[in-house]
Amino acid sequence: MPPSTSSELTLSVNGEKYTLTVDHRTTLLDALRERLDLTGTKKGCDQGQCGACTVLVDGRRSVSCLQLAVAAEGREITTIEGVASGDRLHPVQQAFLDLDGFQCGYCTPGQICSAIAVIEEHAAGWPSAATGDVRPEAGPPALTPEEIRERMSGNLCRCGAYVSIVQAVARAAESEGAAA
Amino acid sequence: MREFGYRRAHDVSGAVALLDGDPDARFLGGGTNLVDLMKTGVERPALLVDVRELPLDRVEPAAGGGLRIGATVTNSDLAAHPEVRRRYPALAQAVLAGASGQLRNMATVGGNLLQRTRCGYFADVHSPCNKRAPGTGCPAVTGEHHNHAVLGASGHCVATHPSDMGVALAAFDAVVSYETADGPGEVPLADFYLPVGETPHRETALPPGALITGVTLPPVPTAANSRYRKVRERASYAFAIGSVAAALDVRDGLVHDVRLAFGAVASRPWRARAAERVLTGAPANAENFAAAADAELAAARPLPHNGYKVTLMRNLVVAVLSELAEEAAR
Repeated sequence: MPPSTSSELTLSVNGEKYTLTVDHRTTLLDALRERLDLTGTKKGCDQGQCGACTVLVDGRRSVSCLQLAVAAEGREITTIEGVASGDRLHPVQQAFLDLDGFQCGYCTPGQICSAIAVIEEHAAGWPSAATGDVRPEAGPPALTPEEIRERMSGNLCRCGAYVSIVQAVARAAESEGAAA
Repeated sequence: MREFGYRRAHDVSGAVALLDGDPDARFLGGGTNLVDLMKTGVERPALLVDVRELPLDRVEPAAGGGLRIGATVTNSDLAAHPEVRRRYPALAQAVLAGASGQLRNMATVGGNLLQRTRCGYFADVHSPCNKRAPGTGCPAVTGEHHNHAVLGASGHCVATHPSDMGVALAAFDAVVSYETADGPGEVPLADFYLPVGETPHRETALPPGALITGVTLPPVPTAANSRYRKVRERASYAFAIGSVAAALDVRDGLVHDVRLAFGAVASRPWRARAAERVLTGAPANAENFAAAADAELAAARPLPHNGYKVTLMRNLVVAVLSELAEEAAR
């Protein structure tokens, strides 16, 4: 007997459980937008090249267009709808607002989800391709504009708001560092 | 996209059994390449066996002093690992040079080795392609090939292997471990990718139905002084047009040990053994670095639009080895 091509599964998104039946071809991106009405996550290229669909999976930024929904069962998914604390915006959201880190706004949910993870990755001491010396003895790299640009390079902005985006990420990283 | 079944494996033998050698089934790791190829119709599996939850997500000391990297270790975790960064910095740099933060969080070591070429004709199911549809021809030879192979290619296929990680693994003599229904096996990375010849659709030496379980790096003291340098058409988030992984040990001005591998110039990560032979025992200077590059690149057979790669690789070798020699002298 050929294997079933659909499954009933439970997705955990922003702390809520959703049970649904999906065709295995459904990406996490399409499940979020079309089935769960969480349309904050955007579809750009649908090929893993633009970053508009970035969400956090078990706290790690991922492109939801290349993630099958059926393979996301059992993982904790956070979308742009889930990053604020009630009425209080996430520091990265606030920094994007304060510093005009967008123009049309289409890439913004992905930019913000990605930036939240960038700040955490940097705080955990992860090097990047912009890091001169990756050896642990060299210590963690400073989060310079060059480091931010490299770490955020998976998120394209068609409006070209990069200058403000880099400033917003730097501001948010500073405010989170001060809060920690 | 063709409809497909989905199974999630929880142990290695279970994963191999679920796949059951079915040529229409595929192991699913991070999916960053496979899901993309399924969307475009290049891959049309009837069954996916999800291996992301297998207990192969550790980087551990290996017997004999090397490092054992599990097949489901993500690119991110590999590049962030302190022992990788300390003992094989070029490997961390190579991984960090590839893709984006999002993709590195998803992509696995096993999947990285098995990712497919980014040749545009391979990706377009409406084009002929000997790799995707054997016997249909290779439009790249007379068409768009500015980023295609200059070493080890054939008239049947001039595609390159896109991995950055693999270039560093090739330089450091990595060995790939796998599991089949008949038990475990291993193959050196040097023999992992098959020569192109007349069969570009046959890419690796893995037995049918085999699951990659990990990669073992032997101890390579020279690798502590190593570097990965990637050249691409924009500053970040692009495939290489040429890259070099190099490690250098200089004693009394002479090359005591050197490791050199090239990326984006062949159907596999290209270990530059001819260059290594020229350099070993020779004075560590720019003139000899250039002579070593020339010895390796003598075998290059560029096409009309990718001859620049030969010059590029020569310059890269000289630049990277010169930097490493300077650091070794400090």
